[in-house]
Amino acid sequence: MIVVENLEQTYMSGGRPLTVLRDVSFSLEERGFLAVVGPSGSGKTTLLGLLAGLDRPAGGTVWLDGANLNRLSEDARALIRAEKVGFVFQTFQLIPTLTALENVLVPVELHPLAHEARAAEAHARDLLGRVGLGDRLHHYPAQLSGGEQQRVALARAFANRPKILFADEPTGNLDAETGRAVIDLLVELNEAEQATLVLVTHDQELAGRAHRVLRLSGGRIASDSAAR
Amino acid sequence: MTDWGFVLRMARREARAGRRQIGLYAGAISLGVAALVAITSFRADVTAALEQESRGLLGADVELRSRAPLDTTVGAILDSVRAEGGRVAHVTSFTSMAYAPLTGATRLVEVRAVDPGFPFYGAIETVPAGRWSSLPDGPRTLVDLALLTYLGLEVGDSLRLGEAAFVIDGTLSRVPGEIGLRAAIGPRVYIASDYLDATNLLRFGSLAQYAALIAFDRPEQAATFVEQRRRTFSDARVSAETASHRERELREWFDALSRFLALLGLTALLLGGLATGSAIHVFVKRKLPTVAILRCLGATQRRVFAIYLLQAAAMGLAGSMAGVVLGIAVQHALPAVLADFLPLDVAATLRPMAIAAGIAIGVWVALAFGLLPLLDVRNVSPLQALRRAVEPVRRRWDRWALAAKALLAVTVLGLSISQAPVPAAGLAFAVAIGTATLALWLTARALTAAARRFFPRRTPYVVRQGIANLFRPQNQTVPVILAVGFGVFLLGTLRLVQDNLLGWLAFETDGPRPNFVVFDIQPEQADGVRDLLADAAGTPPEMVPIVPARIAAINDRSVDQMLADTLGPRPSRWALRREYRHTYRDTLVASERLVEGQWWSDAAPLAPTVARIAIEQDVADELRVRLGDRITWDVQGVRIASEIVAVRSVDWARFEPNFFVVFEPGVLEAAPHTFVTLARVGDARRLAEVQRDLVRRYSNVSALDVSIVQDTLERLLGSVSLTIQFMALFSIGCGIVVLFGAIATSRFQRLRESVLLKTIGARTPQIRGILAVEYLALGLLASGSGALLAVAGGWGAVTFLFELDFHLPLLTVVALVLVGTTVTVTIGLLGNRALVRRPPLAVLREVAE
Repeated sequence: MIVVENLEQTYMSGGRPLTVLRDVSFSLEERGFLAVVGPSGSGKTTLLGLLAGLDRPAGGTVWLDGANLNRLSEDARALIRAEKVGFVFQTFQLIPTLTALENVLVPVELHPLAHEARAAEAHARDLLGRVGLGDRLHHYPAQLSGGEQQRVALARAFANRPKILFADEPTGNLDAETGRAVIDLLVELNEAEQATLVLVTHDQELAGRAHRVLRLSGGRIASDSAAR
Repeated sequence: MTDWGFVLRMARREARAGRRQIGLYAGAISLGVAALVAITSFRADVTAALEQESRGLLGADVELRSRAPLDTTVGAILDSVRAEGGRVAHVTSFTSMAYAPLTGATRLVEVRAVDPGFPFYGAIETVPAGRWSSLPDGPRTLVDLALLTYLGLEVGDSLRLGEAAFVIDGTLSRVPGEIGLRAAIGPRVYIASDYLDATNLLRFGSLAQYAALIAFDRPEQAATFVEQRRRTFSDARVSAETASHRERELREWFDALSRFLALLGLTALLLGGLATGSAIHVFVKRKLPTVAILRCLGATQRRVFAIYLLQAAAMGLAGSMAGVVLGIAVQHALPAVLADFLPLDVAATLRPMAIAAGIAIGVWVALAFGLLPLLDVRNVSPLQALRRAVEPVRRRWDRWALAAKALLAVTVLGLSISQAPVPAAGLAFAVAIGTATLALWLTARALTAAARRFFPRRTPYVVRQGIANLFRPQNQTVPVILAVGFGVFLLGTLRLVQDNLLGWLAFETDGPRPNFVVFDIQPEQADGVRDLLADAAGTPPEMVPIVPARIAAINDRSVDQMLADTLGPRPSRWALRREYRHTYRDTLVASERLVEGQWWSDAAPLAPTVARIAIEQDVADELRVRLGDRITWDVQGVRIASEIVAVRSVDWARFEPNFFVVFEPGVLEAAPHTFVTLARVGDARRLAEVQRDLVRRYSNVSALDVSIVQDTLERLLGSVSLTIQFMALFSIGCGIVVLFGAIATSRFQRLRESVLLKTIGARTPQIRGILAVEYLALGLLASGSGALLAVAGGWGAVTFLFELDFHLPLLTVVALVLVGTTVTVTIGLLGNRALVRRPPLAVLREVAE
């Protein structure tokens, strides 16, 4: 599903180039569950962004489901994301002007293949029901608690039946109990949808639930092993 | 689900949430569209009315006009018209004094002596109705209502004109083809031609207009009639006008007026565009996180751009539709507003073309101004959904941004040229608008920077916070200053020009300057008039002789020879053919200055048959004559040779008898002439008595009280100014909309700040104080910038357009700044009153807008 070769990334910071990733290489099979861990500033989120095609690397290659992301234009990568990728963000990133149902529908509406409107909406309602928000379909994000917002974000992430799901610190803004509940849901939904899951976290307990852990340090892979 | 389906759905959802904001900025476009729709529709209404009533405008098919009684050649032509079945009516017009025996009041009026049958087309309406047809039946008169008011008379009272008395039979309510403003200049008095001689008013030297109006059997004969006799009429110094000429002239005049007003409407529209552009800029900035999310979830650049472009277009459409509704309402009000300038009744009709054009222009302007800020949407990286601090993509040569700027420039230019009377004026207008906007923006930036630089650090917290709020992120400071400042600039410039014009025209009523002019004094009346005035004024006034004359030849070339000369430069036609009014004296007067040559007291005399003259420099240029040139004059049939020995410059603005040509004494004394004199009578009651005595003893003599001239000019300028200000109000409206918009835009930020401040202990009066300081500073910056620009604009207009010395009325400028600031502060505090009352907890789970 994912193949990474000699990945390198540099950003400008205070007018000077800062190399945040260097010499990163690994691959991940379909339906794998990978946790990327490391201290703050180790390059986890940067790696996630590159894997999802949100940015171009300074060096190296990323292959996502057989497509070389380096060779694709911005819009072509967007189309791949619409078709194959789901996202869960640390800050939920719901569109504030849309209701919960409308937020979940967005990835479906962006999918390159035409979906029948009624079927798409039924699927979205079903997903929201499964995350326990079946009675909050028409509420706006500001009317929901943090945990509820993240659950809407989960439903949205699975709405277009993605092949791969990227989650960037999904419990980072939640208390421990809510965070656990969200992760349980995430894992449950992922097992049902059979997607590949890449999870960025600094939470060791959460990382322990993954099949494989990639530890980053100073922009490099410090270790790569199974969690159990 | 199609691509456009998603775009439309997202646009609708986003717009639903920001309805209040979109509504507010759509309002900015609506005012400009309203102005344009109103003016364009009204213009069509007037054109239709002119076409319908064209013959009524003249009252005839052809009008022949001359400053002298129509000669025998023209008389023979009129006889032949009658013989062929046409109808002819004579109208003689002149100014004279009207005297009310009942009240003793007098007034300078315009007398019109008309033949029965006039007007042949259209009707002169009177109050009571139907009195026009009985005018020839006796010594009756129909007058403007303003005259009755001035003289303190009523219908049925007596009015004296010269040596004849008339009964006031009614007042004029409508005279087709004449604008209402005429009544302000000189009230009209109609009498039947048969009674003109009885007045004994038309004597030597009287200025009168003699007209013959013709109605043909077949109106289409009019054009041929005039064309075939053009040369004859020209030789007889008779101007000939057909009804279609008059209609065309009026249409062109009105077209120019309405296009001028349309330019004001266009100013409002462009301001509205500016407001919309600024709104879209802030709107897009707030939406950037959403754009990043959508890009992350798989939306292409084009899709995302289309979502927001659609919202901008919807804003423009909503505003344009609202503007159309408002514009139709204004269209119905314009006939009343412009009543003084309209020569006929105008009925407002729905004009689909004007409405369609208004909508199209409104949407186009909203998009043209919104495109540039909208392009920022393209620069959002999807990475911004993950990492906040990502620098947006900056393209070095962004061809889309260049194209958007070019579109904006073309839009402003195109609209200006299409709405202006002539393309050059449109171009000048576009440049002026651009320059004013740039100057205002620079002034706003400079003043804002100065406020930052000279920040009042030692002032209380409330003051410091209020001023600091001007520089908060995503502030609307510069757009508000631009919009409010532009309104202040527009109204301020109008006001300053008006004040300067009135100041220039103001005749001092205190002090030694004359306030009273008497003219049309016959030679045998001169001594009597002088004695009468000497009694009232304390000193005998100087009697200035006036001798009418025409040019017969210049340097031995006759006028006809010079007019026939089509090769090379020649003297201007009007200067060659006009009737001059000369005087003779032995000194220069205070309003003159010698520019070239020598006055006769310093120069040697010429040959006995050649008189020395001093000519005014501008008319010398028109006649292409210089020192030493010889002009032969026709003075009532007698040829008098003269040589230019001096050239003078004349201050025409001074209230004194000024002349193009002054003769040396000893030449014209024997020629037929009249006298004019100026006097100063300090007491208003005594002045009225003098006028009454003059008219009683010398009924043909006219007297003009300077204060009436002053009044008339003030009223004229006031009418013009009011009309312009009415249209300028649309620009002010835009400024207010932008202000409300700025309040709405920063609402959440203010809410958060207010919550924070209240949480840490700020009281409501302090929150209010911070708001007041912020809007006070904003108002001062906006009004100050606008006032500064108004002073510059006023100076430019007065100096270059009117060629006068500019005087700065400080009080006006201060009032401008005060009013602008007060409005800004009031709106700011009113718009934010809810914010001050909200408890902190209520804000924590605020519904998204």
